[in-house]
Amino acid sequence: MNGIHDMGGMHGFGRVEREENEPVFRAPWEGRVLGITRACAVQHIFNIDESRHAIERMAPADYLGASYYERWLDRNIRLLVEKGVITREELERRMAQLAGGTDPAPLHSDPKLTDRMLRMTKERTPYRQPGPAPRFARGDRVLTRHDAPVGHTRLPRYARGKPGVIVRVHGTFIFPDTNAHGQGEQPHALYSVRFDAALLWGASAEPRAPVHIDLWERYLEPAAPARSTS
Amino acid sequence: MSGTHDDHGHHHHEPESLLSLRVRALESLLVEKKLVASEAVDRIVSAYEEDIGPHNGAKVVARAWIDPGYRERLLADGTAAIEELGFGGVDLQVVENTPGVHNLVVCTLCSCYPHALIGLPPVWYKSFEYRSRAVREPRVVLREFGVDLPESTEIRIWDSSAELRYLVLPERSAGAERLSEPELAKLVTRDAMIGVAVVQPPAAAAR
Repeated sequence: MNGIHDMGGMHGFGRVEREENEPVFRAPWEGRVLGITRACAVQHIFNIDESRHAIERMAPADYLGASYYERWLDRNIRLLVEKGVITREELERRMAQLAGGTDPAPLHSDPKLTDRMLRMTKERTPYRQPGPAPRFARGDRVLTRHDAPVGHTRLPRYARGKPGVIVRVHGTFIFPDTNAHGQGEQPHALYSVRFDAALLWGASAEPRAPVHIDLWERYLEPAAPARSTS
Repeated sequence: MSGTHDDHGHHHHEPESLLSLRVRALESLLVEKKLVASEAVDRIVSAYEEDIGPHNGAKVVARAWIDPGYRERLLADGTAAIEELGFGGVDLQVVENTPGVHNLVVCTLCSCYPHALIGLPPVWYKSFEYRSRAVREPRVVLREFGVDLPESTEIRIWDSSAELRYLVLPERSAGAERLSEPELAKLVTRDAMIGVAVVQPPAAAAR
């Protein structure tokens, strides 16, 4: 989708501001949001691609107005409501109850869940899945699709319809464009593709600053080996 | 506001107290439905606050500096090489800085970052400023970070768009030849492993 999240190359944002000795979480609620998100993943309530797409579906002005963990909270509520796990009314009622000093939720302990969540920080989620043999090899010249799908995609807008070179064949990975929409994992080849800065940004490109993007085979077409791009 | 306003879970700049209340209510509902346990959330929070951080990635870098065989394995298959040191949780691609090449990692579409090795990302990494600009004007962005590279240096930008994470293997600084592996690891910063800093010589790093 042509979303506000797809901001690579946009003009208008200022200096990158840094904070020295920044805390891991700026407020306790941020950590709770992260933990809740991890629990939802472990419970298979939503997958990573649905999760990213839910953030992309925020209204652009809301996206820009929210902090990182506010976007996560918005995403969690949006998906939990869409999947019928909670309702917004239920959430409002619970807020009122908590504000009044009562938490009706009984204590609940789940050591297995804790263990699975902790293991998730150390073990890979199996995004790499068996799939068809890659069509391209290292050194092949490709052209990215010039398309504007309405759904989730990981081909950034700034790299649509651009020529590039395969620099690495990563193997076969779950395809976000289908996995985000309940259309299956459809694993297939993922590549690291190098793009010349001048071909992405035109005359204002910095010299010797190629951009590499990990792209699925379905984003790519073969390009005629007409001329060098470097 | 438009009629779709109810689709949004919150309003801009919701006060912290209301945000915090909303999160507590969400946790309470999910605990009641036995989908979340507060203890599990506590443990994840403390794991990220106390255990998982750049000291993990620094060990990987220090090992690669002193052991050429490990360096080779790390560059060929980062995922397997970090598992040798007991780290995991990520499909990893390591990119190496050399005298003519500097690498810079960004995620323009969201904020993908190698958590298992360097912890949760700082706010600037997730900022619109970094995400929009790192791909288009890396030299300008690097200068804002105090890194001024020669014109002849190629800057390779890695936009982390898939379920693979990128870690920069920085160049070992001058004057670090005699240091032990743990001493070397202390020189390696989070920012150097993202590519927005270079590793300082031991004296400067100790300051």
